[in-house]
Amino acid sequence: MNKKIIGKAYILGDNIDTDQIIPAEHLVYSMSDTEESKLYGKFALSSVPPKQAGLPNGNIPFIEDGKFDSEFSIIIGGSNFGCGSSREHAPYALQKAGVKAIVAESYARIFYRNSVDGGYLVPIESAERLIDKIKTGDNIEIDFENHTIKNLDNEDDFKILPVGDLMPIVEAGGLFEYARKSGMI
Amino acid sequence: MGQTITEKILAKSAGKTSVKPGENIWLNVDVLMTHDVCGPPTIDIWKKEFGADAKIWDKDKLVIFPDHYIFTANKHANRNVELLRKFAKEQDFKNYYDVRTDRYKGVCHIALAEEGFNVPGTVLFGTDSHTCTSGAFGMFATGVGNTDAAFILGTGKIWEKVPQSIKFTFTGKLPPYLTAKDLILTILGDIKTDGATYRAMEFDGEGIFSLNIDERMTLTNMAIEAGGINGIIPADDLTAEYVRVRTDKEFEIFRSDEDAGYFSKYRYNMNTIEPTVAKPHSPDNRDTVKNVEGVKLTKCYIGSCTGGKLTDFEYAAKILFGKEVNVPTFVVPASTQVAKDLEHTEYQGVTLKKIFEDAGCVIAQSSCAACLGGPDDTIGRAVDRDVVISTTNRNYPGRMGSKQSDVYLASALTVAASAVTGVITDPRNFIT
Repeated sequence: MNKKIIGKAYILGDNIDTDQIIPAEHLVYSMSDTEESKLYGKFALSSVPPKQAGLPNGNIPFIEDGKFDSEFSIIIGGSNFGCGSSREHAPYALQKAGVKAIVAESYARIFYRNSVDGGYLVPIESAERLIDKIKTGDNIEIDFENHTIKNLDNEDDFKILPVGDLMPIVEAGGLFEYARKSGMI
Repeated sequence: MGQTITEKILAKSAGKTSVKPGENIWLNVDVLMTHDVCGPPTIDIWKKEFGADAKIWDKDKLVIFPDHYIFTANKHANRNVELLRKFAKEQDFKNYYDVRTDRYKGVCHIALAEEGFNVPGTVLFGTDSHTCTSGAFGMFATGVGNTDAAFILGTGKIWEKVPQSIKFTFTGKLPPYLTAKDLILTILGDIKTDGATYRAMEFDGEGIFSLNIDERMTLTNMAIEAGGINGIIPADDLTAEYVRVRTDKEFEIFRSDEDAGYFSKYRYNMNTIEPTVAKPHSPDNRDTVKNVEGVKLTKCYIGSCTGGKLTDFEYAAKILFGKEVNVPTFVVPASTQVAKDLEHTEYQGVTLKKIFEDAGCVIAQSSCAACLGGPDDTIGRAVDRDVVISTTNRNYPGRMGSKQSDVYLASALTVAASAVTGVITDPRNFIT
């Protein structure tokens, strides 16, 4: 796993539920077919109400029309990110769209598990609310060794919380990789 | 210090004498449940990780209910059911309930109960967030994603962090104008959608044990709407009786110790709670029905694992008997068993099915249907700027279909009363 992640930020609010991340009508596509699975990227975050898309004034599309991935690879969210259904298609769709990490105040349990166990992206908890301190489009650097998130455009620095007990699974790249490494399977 | 029911069940499953909240443990899974949305990708991951010729860990412990996108022309959705059918044949396991056969059941969480898979003291995982519904049977039940499910499919094991518990004690008795739905919407308004994140929600008190099994399932079903890892109600005689006629499995009944530790405790008196709604666009956006009375509706919906059980339809029938609906109203029995029950269960000498037909409701086939929107041709799906009142469990933007729609969550009594008038209506206008 890389010790740093650098990318453009996309800001979202609180309680971003799995229906907003990937609406249920799109859950029918194959996740193993290379071509068909690109549709998950195309429709990632497609049910976020336009006024809340990329806050604070909204109406910033996460993905441009006709594209399958996003220019934004770091999502900055509020509290209870990923609440709602158990669909693993949610972190998967974000990964397909090019998201590498989420930094949010808190997560719903299943979304968090799916992100880590599936090895799709790293869900990071911020020590404070960041959605009004970072703007969509800002260039961001996440540093796992120093537990910081830095805004490269203005040098603002914020704390992130250590991943904790689950770091071995994150580092291994997912539950199966971890289980193999530790001799479980 | 003593232990909670959740801690005791998790300790047993992990082969330990006791566990502590915060501890990560490996559980032995008693039942794994999946369906048509998450089943195919789970099988894909399992095959990729364990090999094309792998065998599932225990044929008797896997249960698959296709239930989400069933009555649709969507080719991808139908392909997913076909993939499940192929898998069931290839692995030769018996607990597959195929579409368009006599075995088809409908919504998984209700079918798990009806088919005897809910057994007190056991551990059940499912690839659906509402798997917590089964906690109404004094068992640990929770939702996971495809990777975790694939891991269980191959090993029978999964890691879990032992949760702290929150206790909700109910005194009193449900007045005739209230249902379990009003109780859980009240709790959600108090603790919000992340109030129980990674915590067990334990329901207790004389009020809880006066509820029938359907109503208990309504409470545990919506534990996930507060972020809860599980909802749980200790088994009593009613539970034991329900389970014994559906399975020969032996079971152990666990209860929390008097001195068990809780993160927090809440007390409610059922007699003082009012008919309650969750307004758009969150299950915790609580208000009294009285405060939103008069909101003009374009659709009413009675269905889903939360609100499509026989008891929900009995509530609705009390109000719809001898009346006509003023707005398109969809009746979607959660399971094929509930659909059969509508044909035999009577109110005032008339079957519930006839009451709904005479009232002008559309009665749909059992499935998850429009609770989660689904493909474009899903019956009851919210379109354009629909304003819907529904007995389902979520009303986030776009949940029932259209992003522009407004969804109010309420009890079957409130939905039925509103269907008759065409505007949101307090059931006390019909029932006192």
